[in-house]
Amino acid sequence: MTAPATLIDKLWDAHEILRREDGASLLWIDRHLVHEGSHHAFARLAARQLPVAEPALTFAVVDHYAPTRDRDHVADPDVARMIATLGGNARAHGLREFDLGDPWQGIVHVIGPELGLTLPGLAITCGDSHSSTHGAFGALAFGIGATEVAHVLATQTVWQRRPKTLRISVSGTLSPAVTAKDLALHWIAELGADGARGHAIEYAGPAVRALSMEGRMTLCNLSIEGGARFGVISPDETTVAYLEARPYAPAGADWPAAVAQWQGLRSDPEAQFDREIEIDGQAVAPTVTWGTSPEEALPITARIPDPATRPARKAAQARAALAYMGLEPGRPLIGVPVDQVFIGSCTNGRIEDLRQAALVLRGRKAKVPGLVSPGSSQVKRQAEREGLDRVFAEAGLDWVASGCSMCVGMNGDVVAPGKRCASSTNRNFRGRQGRGARTHLMSPAMVAAAAVTGALADVRPLLQGRG
Amino acid sequence: MAGWERHEGVAVSLPLEGIDTDQLIPARFMSAPRSAGYGGFLLHDMRFDPDGALRPEMVLNRHPEASVLVARRNFGSGSSREAAVYALADFGIRAVIAPSFGDIFAANAVNNGLLPAQVSPDAVERLIAALNGGAAPARIDLAVGTVTIAGQAIDFALDAIWKRKLINGWDDIDLTASHRAEIAGFADRRRRAAPWVWPARDVREPRAE
Ligand code: SF4
Repeated sequence: MTAPATLIDKLWDAHEILRREDGASLLWIDRHLVHEGSHHAFARLAARQLPVAEPALTFAVVDHYAPTRDRDHVADPDVARMIATLGGNARAHGLREFDLGDPWQGIVHVIGPELGLTLPGLAITCGDSHSSTHGAFGALAFGIGATEVAHVLATQTVWQRRPKTLRISVSGTLSPAVTAKDLALHWIAELGADGARGHAIEYAGPAVRALSMEGRMTLCNLSIEGGARFGVISPDETTVAYLEARPYAPAGADWPAAVAQWQGLRSDPEAQFDREIEIDGQAVAPTVTWGTSPEEALPITARIPDPATRPARKAAQARAALAYMGLEPGRPLIGVPVDQVFIGSCTNGRIEDLRQAALVLRGRKAKVPGLVSPGSSQVKRQAEREGLDRVFAEAGLDWVASGCSMCVGMNGDVVAPGKRCASSTNRNFRGRQGRGARTHLMSPAMVAAAAVTGALADVRPLLQGRG
Repeated sequence: MAGWERHEGVAVSLPLEGIDTDQLIPARFMSAPRSAGYGGFLLHDMRFDPDGALRPEMVLNRHPEASVLVARRNFGSGSSREAAVYALADFGIRAVIAPSFGDIFAANAVNNGLLPAQVSPDAVERLIAALNGGAAPARIDLAVGTVTIAGQAIDFALDAIWKRKLINGWDDIDLTASHRAEIAGFADRRRRAAPWVWPARDVREPRAE
């Protein structure tokens, strides 16, 4: 009998080609996703005149620099060059590329799952820290840097040290209007932005089981904001139902064979984790960030903390954050006026996210301008079939094409200096949405609530009698 | 990449928590080719005012010769952009001393010969106090695992794998090439045990839906 193992250890063992005496594992990679930002890695490959080892396992997508308007005429020469460089590399190496005009284009962490490229049991890498998203399917998925991207391109393998394991179990159920985003901000606020450093997280418990695949992806996506490179959830009927008949999912006789193999992808009951954390699902409230790190988050009903009441080192940090954010200690979060809103990104740009925002916005007007960028071109078409685009437009928000957009501002969609943005994205870092931009992270429904009130707001009263 | 074992240089401190990779290099600079040099982008919005003028009070502007950076916890959190390491390395930084690092940043650092030296929060506070906003001589001994700044010798923690790699200046692609047969054997076994892992290549998207 083999010793009881965690899902993370099972996934690791299944991909470990060899382990060096110093402990480094050489891992086999089943899917490698590249984007415009991968240009440094392709340059390294070119410098050594190496081919891509497994073009059939490598997929390229235009997302970080994708213009969200007027795609036929890319005005910014830098943006045009970045997109053209990826196209040139994809062609040179025979990679399937989802370019600007492709009906399957979208943010890498949105299209991987929706195309069935992301599957349980796979090892998936991408030169992007939110690669943990794909762990929602029971995959070993992690973000890597350019040197490692070049290594995967050249060898289809990567050297990694086995992470420690952390199980976050969420009991009970989440309250109405409380989402996976709130749950993630809640645990990150509790543990800190480096709280899960060095660990791979398995999310478990009834409140996690009850999440849709969209919710699970949001939760796993934000693992890195708590310091973890990996976040996984064991696959179940929800996972299988989501994947069935996706374009790249196993077909024919491969499908039942794959589903049968996925049954074993769970932690054994006796498996030991290096750390265990329990969260009461009922204790999670709609949550927003007030500072410049995802750990600086509080329930929307709270007041902005007073740095003077924090320990000395924390106090300096909080003071600096509040100065950057232009906020007064002690004032309630509800009512802080915002200048604009953004709904999108690999964290919250999926169809369920747009439905939740539209539920709040239907029949209401936004008091501030805002941008809604669907996570993929498929999500865009689906939303339009459901009439969600009209809900956003009638509320006064701009409905644009899909890409990373205002999550990172590389395509020119930026927040102006000093402006405050309610955002469904993942990072409230200084300058993330543009130089001097002030970002408050929250769920898409909470962003919608901020849009219709023109200020940070509790979405719950706005959902009375709806949905 | 050249390996190294000892370094003598100049240390400065940035007494901040969570200096994330978006601060280390704002996204708008990341389309530049590496050959252009990334040193000018390092901590750009901290070093330059909105009009592009150097902020004279900023420590890296006062001490552009700095090669060792002392900072508070969670240095290099956030995005996987290796450009953050390029900016540090091209500026001339050889080591960052902090109580904790973003995992991806630390791996990227080692891949570029930059030492992420982990020390206790108290040790960092002592160094910040000793530096007192200025610069001081710094000495690093990688093999022993000590850093000496302003006369204070402090042990740092570094993963054994990373220490070997920094000292030897290993290039992983060459290293991995010696395992080619094992990799091919693994791929063969995986393909037989789980053929569904390889996606169908002839999938064509519907041109119009
Ligand atoms: S949406 Fe934002 S976080 Fe997600 S891949 Fe794009 S830039 Fe990264």
